[in-house]
Amino acid sequence: MSEIKYLPGKEPHPRETRRIFRNIDRVGYNPSIACFIKDGGYETLKKAIAMEPADIIGEVKKSGLRGRGGAGFPTGVKWTFIPKGNTKPVYLVCNCDESEPGTFKDRFIVHQDPHQLIEGMIIACYAVQAHFAVIYMREEFPEAAHIMKKALQEAEEHNFLGKNILGSGFDLKIVLHRGAGAYICGEETGLINSIEGMRPYPRIKPPFFPAAIGLYGCPTIVNNVESLCQVRQVLMRGGEAYAAEGAQRSPGTRIIGVSGDVKRPGYYEIISGSLTYGELLYDICGGPKRGRTFKAIIPGGASAKVMRCDEKLTGRNPDGTVREMSIFDVPMDLDSIAQHGSMSGSGGVIVMDDSRSMPKVLNNLNRFFAWESCGQCSPCREGNPWMLKLSTRIINGQASPEDVDLLKSVADNICGRTVCAFGEACSWPTQAFTTKFREEFLALTKPINAQKAHNPETAEARKFLTRED
Amino acid sequence: MSDTPNAIEALTAHKPSPGEKFFPKFEVTPELVAEAAALVDQYPEGKEQSAVLPIIHMIQEKFGYICPESLPWIAEMCKSTPIHVAGIVTFYPGIHTMCPGKYHFRVCRTIACSLSGGEELIPYICSKIGVDPATITDEEPMAVSADGMWSIEPVECLANCGFGPNLMLNEKLYSQVTRKKIDEIIAEYKNK
Repeated sequence: MSEIKYLPGKEPHPRETRRIFRNIDRVGYNPSIACFIKDGGYETLKKAIAMEPADIIGEVKKSGLRGRGGAGFPTGVKWTFIPKGNTKPVYLVCNCDESEPGTFKDRFIVHQDPHQLIEGMIIACYAVQAHFAVIYMREEFPEAAHIMKKALQEAEEHNFLGKNILGSGFDLKIVLHRGAGAYICGEETGLINSIEGMRPYPRIKPPFFPAAIGLYGCPTIVNNVESLCQVRQVLMRGGEAYAAEGAQRSPGTRIIGVSGDVKRPGYYEIISGSLTYGELLYDICGGPKRGRTFKAIIPGGASAKVMRCDEKLTGRNPDGTVREMSIFDVPMDLDSIAQHGSMSGSGGVIVMDDSRSMPKVLNNLNRFFAWESCGQCSPCREGNPWMLKLSTRIINGQASPEDVDLLKSVADNICGRTVCAFGEACSWPTQAFTTKFREEFLALTKPINAQKAHNPETAEARKFLTRED
Repeated sequence: MSDTPNAIEALTAHKPSPGEKFFPKFEVTPELVAEAAALVDQYPEGKEQSAVLPIIHMIQEKFGYICPESLPWIAEMCKSTPIHVAGIVTFYPGIHTMCPGKYHFRVCRTIACSLSGGEELIPYICSKIGVDPATITDEEPMAVSADGMWSIEPVECLANCGFGPNLMLNEKLYSQVTRKKIDEIIAEYKNK
């Protein structure tokens, strides 16, 4: 790997392990197929297409690879959910609707190394015997859409796509489908509805997951961009070798995107679990900005619950004793942070230092969720604007202390009462912020505000009841 | 068709914009039909409706926005109904029912960009291109300058969070944007 040179200022940190991001910011690398083949591209496909599809699934299961889109479901297990004796066509959809705030990993894959994704997709399609696949790309990547279209065409010219791929008798067509700026399309069933040409309202699941009833009512596998690239790595290295590296329950590498108040924000590919949050933020990202200290961390994209940096967590030692630790001692794998009430999600770490007002940050998140709610379920459609109104009222200093509890109760009543996981995604930030930074919210409130009207109509109705303070 | 306006007509009514002079008027040509048919052909047989979003994108790229006259044509191409197409058009924030300017700013205002000062750029750009920030509302988040050259729209997450503040000018992404950079961008495109 020593011969790879990266652009000045973009060199990987020594503690990184670049696999998926091997060619990102590489000197002399471009998204063309010639460049990819010269670098050993499509060799894994040649190996995979000579195998039995069931063996590929077996290999991916053995590797313990877990999806990188946020939920962390084992990829190989997902593939086996296609009903036995299925006679309908099988489809594969690549979820490239990267829209979780704080996550920015797929952008670089599709802009700079599209063939890596295409190769992973072909292998995955062969494993599940899909002959039609869709790359659902978000609308905010117009340049990537041009690059990907060209890459698909090149792959077809080289017979990696199309009829009778590499003489194996396997046919595959990949279509690029662009979204149009809706966060909800990142939800797999919403995405499927969007491809079908409907409004992207998520579908109810369980009982039927897309692997049983998905696109056009047929079994459909929906995988994230990074997961499909990891499939290629699994086949390249072998399932057992892949499983041996990194955290036991979430092996392989992970791409972490760090944003917010650190000296060196950016993307870092690390072996899962090889670092703690402290090592990531202090050693790799250079620590807080001058004269500041870390205050809060959102560890896995905007919908993950926020963690206080001075929060005391309890960890269990290997011998069963309990020790005290902080967020900085938690290893960066998929599960560790979940034991402390948050989630590692899609690997977007948002950091806030002591200059930030937490109610303001929450208000920004609430505006995002209020704007992006698809409107299918009433608790989410109505609840999100309510939460936005309440948090706006708090930051404007017009709220009473009870409003903080009211805000949390609105969130509590959205959570678990919606068709899709958006209900949880939008209520977790509010629940965590109002619980963990309650004093900051209360500091902006005044008891007299409970008596005051919030809009001109109620002000008129109440004018004889309350007196200005 | 009656003359009484109803909710659907109001929803899809034409919103005049000075940006329209920079885009051709919607017109069905044999080339356009062929292009739409090619998009429909991508999808499995009998699933023409899948092409509704690709066709909408094509129209928006060519004509700037989705005008009410194009809805029945889109519906015809993908074997759907005009009201269904209207439902799609009004759902997605990335599809415009009002014509943007020749150069369209999309400024990210979500958490990571906001932490690095993205939200403060919106009023600055508004003052530079001569639009009133108050005209940016949830109902119509886009504001177009009087000469039709520029427009601005705050958007949610552009997925480049580590390098904020981010904005897009038409198809191009600019990251780590400062006020100085905005001045440079505007100066660069002013005479193009």
